[in-house]
Amino acid sequence: MAYYSDKLMDHFLHPRNFGEMKDPDGVGEVGNVVCGDVMKLFIKVKDNVITKASFMTFGCAAAIATSSILTEMVVGKTIDEALKISNQKVAKEIGGLPPQKIHCSVLAEQALKAAIEDYKKRKK
Amino acid sequence: MKKDKKIIYLDNAATTPLDPRVLKAMIPYLKENFGNASSIHFLGQKAKEALERSRETIANFIGAKKEEIIFTSGGTESNNLAIKGVAFANEKFGKHLITSVIEHHAVLEPCHWLEKRGFKVSYLKVDKNGLVNLDDLEKTITDETILISIMHANNEIGTIEPIIEIGNLVKRVREKRRERKIETPIYFHTDAVQTFGHLPINVNELGVDLLSASAHKLYGPKGVGLLYLRQGVKIEPLLHGGAHERNFRSGTENVAGIVGFAQAVEIAKKEMNREYKKQIELRDKLIKGIFEKIKNVTLNGHPRLRLPNNVNISIEGIEGEAMVLTLNEYRIAASTGSACSSKSLKPSHVLMAIGLSEELAHSSLRLTLSRFTKNKEINYFLKVLPQVVEKLRKISPFYKK
Repeated sequence: MAYYSDKLMDHFLHPRNFGEMKDPDGVGEVGNVVCGDVMKLFIKVKDNVITKASFMTFGCAAAIATSSILTEMVVGKTIDEALKISNQKVAKEIGGLPPQKIHCSVLAEQALKAAIEDYKKRKK
Repeated sequence: MKKDKKIIYLDNAATTPLDPRVLKAMIPYLKENFGNASSIHFLGQKAKEALERSRETIANFIGAKKEEIIFTSGGTESNNLAIKGVAFANEKFGKHLITSVIEHHAVLEPCHWLEKRGFKVSYLKVDKNGLVNLDDLEKTITDETILISIMHANNEIGTIEPIIEIGNLVKRVREKRRERKIETPIYFHTDAVQTFGHLPINVNELGVDLLSASAHKLYGPKGVGLLYLRQGVKIEPLLHGGAHERNFRSGTENVAGIVGFAQAVEIAKKEMNREYKKQIELRDKLIKGIFEKIKNVTLNGHPRLRLPNNVNISIEGIEGEAMVLTLNEYRIAASTGSACSSKSLKPSHVLMAIGLSEELAHSSLRLTLSRFTKNKEINYFLKVLPQVVEKLRKISPFYKK
């Protein structure tokens, strides 16, 4: 693919950690079908640390790949560390994104924040 | 992906491979016969002969006079020349144009541009199969209408429009204007880029005054197209210069390209009817196979009034670009109307116009066959598609088994 990095293609063709999680501690769903990208992120949290993450995504190769890499980036991080993950970090981690696909990394960041928000709500 | 393995090319609506016979015909004009057709020495004259021979071949193919063929750089230029050309040559009579919502951008963008310059454009809606309605068209025509532009068949969903009926309607309008002594001319243009060389075209039977075509859609080279311009129709040229093409399109002629175009037409003349039947067979086999093997899939476009080589489907729950890139790994080339794969990040305006939800527009896959498509390639595709769909549906939040 001319404008996708090898790492992105790898995550797209061989996505990690996909599928619905049983008993998640937080779920974040962002995006909408009008734009053509919907990301759902599931997280499991123990002692304030994200121990597991999985995703389900309707979207293009960049959307699927950024979801996949996100699940790898968050595992082992504390909630506060995870909240610091920016879309730029996601884009960098996946090997860069063409300008018209940056919004996929933004969606990934938003999915993570939404999942953490949901986790905090559930805890109360 | 192994680069040496053959690819299964199912994106012929985007472009077609050069027929080897076309390449053979072009080579002399890329090598020793490189003359400028306007030069008066022997090398120039050789080019001029080839140019005029090609023009005659192509004119005969569509029942036109050779003076009515203007060579351009392709379909986009032809559409621009037709629309802007008619608009500027006839604006003193009227400034209203009519087209449809499913036209190619090369028709819609000139129309938008003209609107900014004081022209009025009506965009006819289409039904859920992509067909224009003749009553709607008739009601939309006013005494200020100078041009109607409706495509012969749509490049995305394959729907074939009622061009003969529209041609007859335009003739009736012209007759009525004559009776009422209204001087405003009314012209009918069709973008035939997807049908030229694939469906029979006779400009008098169709009743068109202008027609656009492009060589690379019928196994000819890229960079050459034509505008058929009926004698008596006035247009302003886009390109001014050396007065080539009877002053309608200045610029040194792309002789090699035009020779290639004519050769592609010669081949189409002989093989079109046979290919039409063969492609419909393969197309319908492909559609049937898809519906048998995949659940929750819909066909976009008219089921019968459809280009012989076009299949356009929406596969629920998964996105088009992801499908195309996964098929790519299996050496299968296809395309999609999804926003993610477009430059504008908006879903296909054609799919939206036939009433598809944004989700189904993003889930579309277009497969277009060619004269080189083999039965075993269709079989292979039908084996691969279910695997691709299953893989992507597993990660989709929308698809529940």
